[in-house]
Amino acid sequence: MKHLMVLFALLTAAPLVAQSALPASPYAHQQLADPNKEAEARALMDELRCLKCQSQSIADSNAPMAGDMRSQVRERIAAGETPEEVRSWLIERYGDWVSYNPQVNALTWPLWAAPLILLILAVWLARGRFRRRKDK
Amino acid sequence: MIAEAGLIALWLAAALAFLQFALCTIGLTKGQDQFFAAVRPVAIAQGVLVTVSFLLLVWLFIRSDMSVQLVVSNSVSMKPLIYKISGTWGNHEGSMLLWVAILGVAGAAIGVFERTLKLRTLVTTLAAQAFISIGFYAYLLIASNPFERSFPVPEDGQGLNPLLQDIGLALHPPTLYIGYVGLSIAFSFAVGAMINRDVGPDFAKAMRPWVLGAWVFLTLGITAGSYWAYYELGWGGWWFWDPVENASLMPWLAATALLHSVTVLATRDGLRAWTLMLAVVAFSMSMIGTFLVRSGVLTSVHAFAVDPERGSFILALLAIYIGGAMALFALRVGTVKEGSQFEPISREGSLVANNLLLSAILGIVFIGTLYPLVVEGFTGEMISVGAPYFNLATGPVALILVAIMAAGPLLRWRRDKAKALLNRISIPVFLTAAALFALVLFTTTMSVLSLLGLSLAAGIAVASFAPLWKRNLRRTPMHTYGMILAHFGVAVALVGMASESSFTEEKLVAATPGDEVTVNDWKVKLHAIEPMAGPNWTALEARVTAQYANGTNYEITPQNRMFPAAQTQTSEAALLTRWNGQLYVVLGDSDEQGRWQLRIWWKPFVTMIWLGGVLIALGGLLAMVGRLRRAVRQRKQREYAEEWI
Repeated sequence: MKHLMVLFALLTAAPLVAQSALPASPYAHQQLADPNKEAEARALMDELRCLKCQSQSIADSNAPMAGDMRSQVRERIAAGETPEEVRSWLIERYGDWVSYNPQVNALTWPLWAAPLILLILAVWLARGRFRRRKDK
Repeated sequence: MIAEAGLIALWLAAALAFLQFALCTIGLTKGQDQFFAAVRPVAIAQGVLVTVSFLLLVWLFIRSDMSVQLVVSNSVSMKPLIYKISGTWGNHEGSMLLWVAILGVAGAAIGVFERTLKLRTLVTTLAAQAFISIGFYAYLLIASNPFERSFPVPEDGQGLNPLLQDIGLALHPPTLYIGYVGLSIAFSFAVGAMINRDVGPDFAKAMRPWVLGAWVFLTLGITAGSYWAYYELGWGGWWFWDPVENASLMPWLAATALLHSVTVLATRDGLRAWTLMLAVVAFSMSMIGTFLVRSGVLTSVHAFAVDPERGSFILALLAIYIGGAMALFALRVGTVKEGSQFEPISREGSLVANNLLLSAILGIVFIGTLYPLVVEGFTGEMISVGAPYFNLATGPVALILVAIMAAGPLLRWRRDKAKALLNRISIPVFLTAAALFALVLFTTTMSVLSLLGLSLAAGIAVASFAPLWKRNLRRTPMHTYGMILAHFGVAVALVGMASESSFTEEKLVAATPGDEVTVNDWKVKLHAIEPMAGPNWTALEARVTAQYANGTNYEITPQNRMFPAAQTQTSEAALLTRWNGQLYVVLGDSDEQGRWQLRIWWKPFVTMIWLGGVLIALGGLLAMVGRLRRAVRQRKQREYAEEWI
């Protein structure tokens, strides 16, 4: 029965299948024809977390879900969305967890402020050392 | 019996650690100097016993002794010998035993080799080393006994994670651990020096080779780990800013800063407090890294909460050791004199900048790694912090750091003139400017960070050799060559990183045998897919030829491996290395029409990343050997002179 259904699906989907091998998510393993758009998609995929894996981006994962997400990213970019629009859409769907580039918000501003504070601290420490020398 | 013998050896080693600690503290506090004679032998015996315990565990893995729980869950009798051995540390208990064994051996090494430290400082150092060991012995014996038996004895084991069945795993963790735990020596030295108020050039000279040694292993371990991830995980990336990677990077950053500040202390008697602080921080980072990786806290804060025994145990150890050392530092920092003085523009000034910038990077990596855990712990929200954050936050700081690295060795100690420096460094500055100009003109795909990185690399590569200018090459000390090599290695690695991230070409294709794909200067042709069988796996292997633009043909065979024991699949990428880069081919799955997924990358100059890492480590090795030889020579001269007087 299952085989019949697959056969039926294949027959009816024949025109689509002719174009792409993987009907569910055609762009999971297929690049966009436009190299600029592919580069945009690729850069975004590197920054999206594979939700089923441990510490992998969807660009690097063999998990089926990562493939689906890659396909969605490529399709949306091909349709003219900007990478940031696609990212926001994914965050809306899966939460902040999905993006390796944390949004600046009430929860994450200390994270983004930390590098600046550390650098200011470093400069201040250095200046303190040297100024004391000159006073002497 | 072997398992019991191993456990007994471990208990005995723990008892000796107690004895070592007791001998030292009683001797020091009660003025019983005769106790000190026993300290060295006890430290050595402890090192030997814990090594024996570890080797017995290795033996259990080699024999595939399925009556031991750890072997059952991490090994299988049908497996090449090398992976049976490496399986010993491919799991929690085994890797912790390796950790403790290296800790014990480090203590023994101090006992055997350390000849320059003052007696009381040495004894305190060995007491501190024993005190650290006691905690980790307790952790092993109470919370993660590697020798536990399993009843009933199963037919066979469950196998090792196939990803870990690789020569990279055989070598990477031990190397990294020697570096991690080697830093405990610097930590114990600092404790010894703080308690005895013995912070000065002699102390720094005694500590420096140990720091260099640990740093060399750490550098090699990280480099090897990066390359292992690159070729074994099959996604062509060499650094992901994964928390586990960051856990190894943080001690390295601290150790690199320490290595430079200890030089200021040894040569100019400056940066005393700062050097002590870095020695404490470096090993603290090793312990925090171990906690992060070993407690399960990284997978999820909740995973940690479900099985908190191990995590809480390490956390308590961290609190005792780091808190104790910090408290000692706070108590003694007031009595540590500032040391000798210097102007901002001087060798010391550049090394202070090195220290502060490395510490800033360390702080950023630390916060970025822990921030998601803290957020999840307090609010339950899940966020991810990855490459975009780390690259943006640490990249610019790192570039300033490497620019200072090029100038620092050209500055004089104590005071120098900015104008004189500009004079000395004019050629590298010109090269950097020229490279930047050319890259802006002729390339389009580079990010600002890579652009600056690549241009700076051109200048640094030349500047790193500038300390040899107008010098007698034969009389230049070995450690200077070490510094030059290490700094040159940074330039080499920088070229690799910038080039990989800017010029990589990627092609994904669904190919049937006979199809040809063009990637950059390569024509890649799929000929056939054939089944293969290995010792404990079966595979589908693609026969692929790659033709370079000059007509040379290469045969490569990417595989898809199936490990029946673990029921998992790994892809073995085929890597073709040429002097100007690597062709990287991965075989994926097949689709309904019998086409095979191929992922093909051309990564120009990517190998320079690891070549740079190896050069940096070699530089450290050269510096260490040079320093040790000089110390031995000086001691001999002194003895000779004393004989005549």
